Amino acid sequence: MNYIPKIDRRSFVVSAAAMGGGLALGLDIPFGGPQVIRAQNGSPEINAWVVIRPDDTVVVRIARSEMGQGSLTGLAQLVAEELECDWSKVTTEYPTPGQNVARKRIWGDYTSTGSRSIRESHEYVRKGGAAAREMLIQAAANAWSVPAAECSASNSVITHKPSGRTTTYGKVAEAAAKLEPPADVKLKDPKDWKIAGKPLKRLDTQDKLTGKQLYAIDVKLPGMLYAAIKACPVHGGKVKSFDAAKITGNKGVKKVVQVDNSAVAVVGDTWWQAKTALDALPIAWDEGESAKVTTASIAEVLKAGLDAQDAFVGNQKGDAKAAIAGAAKKVEATYSYPYQAHACMEPLNATVLYTPDKCEVWTSSQNAEAALAAASEASGLPIAKCDVYKLLLGGGFGRRGRTDYVTQAVLIAKQMPGTPVKLLWSREEDMTQDTYHPTTQCRLTGAFDANGNLTGLHMRISGQSILATLAPSRLQNGRDTATFQGLNPGGTEGVFGYDIPHLLIDHAMRNPHVTPGFWRGVNNNQNAIYLECFMDELAHAAGQDPLEFRRKLMAKYPKHLAVLNAVAEKIGWGQPAPQGVYRGLAQQMGYGSYVAAAVEISVTGGNKIKIHRIVGATDCGYAVNPAQIERQVAGSFVYGLSALFTGECTVKDGRIEQQNFDSYDVMRIAQMPKVETILMPSGGFWGGVGEPTIFVAAPAVLNAYFAATGKRIRSIPLKTHNISFA
Amino acid sequence: MAEITVNGRTHQVDVDPDTPLLWVLRDTIGLTGTKYSCGIAQCGACTVHVDGVAMRSCSVPLSAVAGRQITTIEGLAQNGVLHKVQQAWLDHDVPQCGYCQCGMIMAVAALLKDKPKPTDADIDTNITNICRCGTYQQVRAAIHAAAASA
Repeated sequence: MNYIPKIDRRSFVVSAAAMGGGLALGLDIPFGGPQVIRAQNGSPEINAWVVIRPDDTVVVRIARSEMGQGSLTGLAQLVAEELECDWSKVTTEYPTPGQNVARKRIWGDYTSTGSRSIRESHEYVRKGGAAAREMLIQAAANAWSVPAAECSASNSVITHKPSGRTTTYGKVAEAAAKLEPPADVKLKDPKDWKIAGKPLKRLDTQDKLTGKQLYAIDVKLPGMLYAAIKACPVHGGKVKSFDAAKITGNKGVKKVVQVDNSAVAVVGDTWWQAKTALDALPIAWDEGESAKVTTASIAEVLKAGLDAQDAFVGNQKGDAKAAIAGAAKKVEATYSYPYQAHACMEPLNATVLYTPDKCEVWTSSQNAEAALAAASEASGLPIAKCDVYKLLLGGGFGRRGRTDYVTQAVLIAKQMPGTPVKLLWSREEDMTQDTYHPTTQCRLTGAFDANGNLTGLHMRISGQSILATLAPSRLQNGRDTATFQGLNPGGTEGVFGYDIPHLLIDHAMRNPHVTPGFWRGVNNNQNAIYLECFMDELAHAAGQDPLEFRRKLMAKYPKHLAVLNAVAEKIGWGQPAPQGVYRGLAQQMGYGSYVAAAVEISVTGGNKIKIHRIVGATDCGYAVNPAQIERQVAGSFVYGLSALFTGECTVKDGRIEQQNFDSYDVMRIAQMPKVETILMPSGGFWGGVGEPTIFVAAPAVLNAYFAATGKRIRSIPLKTHNISFA
Repeated sequence: MAEITVNGRTHQVDVDPDTPLLWVLRDTIGLTGTKYSCGIAQCGACTVHVDGVAMRSCSVPLSAVAGRQITTIEGLAQNGVLHKVQQAWLDHDVPQCGYCQCGMIMAVAALLKDKPKPTDADIDTNITNICRCGTYQQVRAAIHAAAASA
């Protein structure tokens, strides 16, 4: 990433305009056009996605955000593949969301949530690369006065076949940028890929090893001050009063400000001074009725929802209730899933320079356009007078799709026009004001006929809707369809993979005051535990092998079945396990990908689990970078297993009790199991990668724990059952 | 005014002596490779070397390091050559978001000084840094590679 957030180099919109480079605001030509648009160093833009410098450096524009998931490299591979450029000369940069708005969203969607960065933009970024290639070839052909059809491009070199003449992209870029883009381009068949589809190393590693890599927390602007903030620990509460006089004389303290009606911030010469003063500042909160809420009281509300009449149906077939009523045998179990924090390594932060004429934000965001909108709203300035400069994220996991921290930073900076202010949340603030993995309960009831066939299943989910709090406009007649992730009757996102004659999956929405959020894997996490552990329970009740039991129900879902079979085979299912080792497995479909996991564990003393192996399989349709996908599989297992073993945020007096990693423990290297990845892209569709495999780690371990001990664990984390890593 | 030596360079800093070293490095001296994440010595993102020993700089006051040699991630490579741990990280494509990696690398560099050929058990005991992206599998492979390289 070559974007350096210095005030003298703040955006190429500014510098391109200043250079008279012809940046036409509102230009709406998808793949460039006759007016040459220039990057800030003057190099011509072939089209929105590709800039080529005279030294043949290829700058690929990346609209999505990089937070470790590797899509910056993957998207560059897709563009480079079609561009036929020299991969060793590829670098990347982020166009700002302000530029995107000014150019009628030429770069499309900026969000990096829902494992969408590649699967939802692969086509137009590849077309961008292909169109640029055609224009470069045409420019060379024009220079040689030969038909473009006689020329070809490879590795950034254009060759005129009949004469053997060659030139490079850098030499013809200026002329290519002036050409009309081709009306249409043909994309390569993925089986012909040479750059995409290969296990290439990431483009952004070197600076991460030397301390040079800048994250938003590292931004430094001339004259910048630092802000620490505390919002009402009971979500929805307000500031009643605070005694600024107590700290205004403290060394380095510049200003004590109220932020919105919910928070107080101290601005100081250094963050440590601001934070120390804030800790000493007496603040009285109006916490409201929610201050009485506890984890137990939330559980009671959710429990009542398990029997409520008011439920939204997510998936229905036949008459499950009648099948259950008439069943020869009935199996029932209730599961639950707690609140969990994201705990990104980089605490939330944003740096803002506000003047009455402009509001600029330096931050890391999974949704930079929403951050831009937040900056506009909080500053009161129109979008055209705001911009957001994106930096690499020190973790996102869904949390940085929200813009609450950007709003706060703008509201603080607005009270100090002309002075840049960096707002940094302490870890304690980050954990107190998170948007938590939502809490739900689920009662599952299965019906068998006299021959031991599963005839009916009812899943009643009760609990929190993310959309109801964060995006009520996306509810459908009050119903949160995202609640049914992985349980849907059809579609391309997350299809329920079992064929059961009578099925009912419904949701009684119960929304506590604690703010929920999108958390890597989102609702798939609990849904996979509920369904896949219960399938194990049903298999056990029917006296059948868990794999064979599933297979009989999955004939109509061959892709679901294929990944399950793959992990079963690799783990050695059906073969004797080593002495004292037990196996479990699980499958799910989410974000367009089919995933499964199988584990081998041993249990000591009934409560110490050693995970010897975990095999993960994913069919994500096309694999743009197998090496990075393997890393996402392993990384997702770490996130998911941390959640399984220790991930819980409890509520007392209306507030989240956990404040830091001492009370919210996460996996370390000592607990890391051996991860074996099976990448089995079957083609014909594009599934996500960053999230899907997370769903299946926890249920596979829970099923293995049952195999080892005969005990079903139906609530997580395991620490609440006094179970830990060995 | 206090004096500290970081990466061989002496700095005069005008901050309270109880200010954690982390914030002196980041906000006063401007070396931002040392990261803040927990502030309570749990995660290791702020790991630096003090007289060659790995320490979590968020929990070390400035007053405790006067007159001692501090090395940060910016001072680990010598004469433009990556330290063998950094090189192993590059070869194994270890980082994902990368935020924890500077601290992780500093912790590993100190471990290899004490135990040039660490076993997996040595790694489990000594490397307790948190990585939320979950790079541990690559981290372990890279530690063994770095140990084998010298």
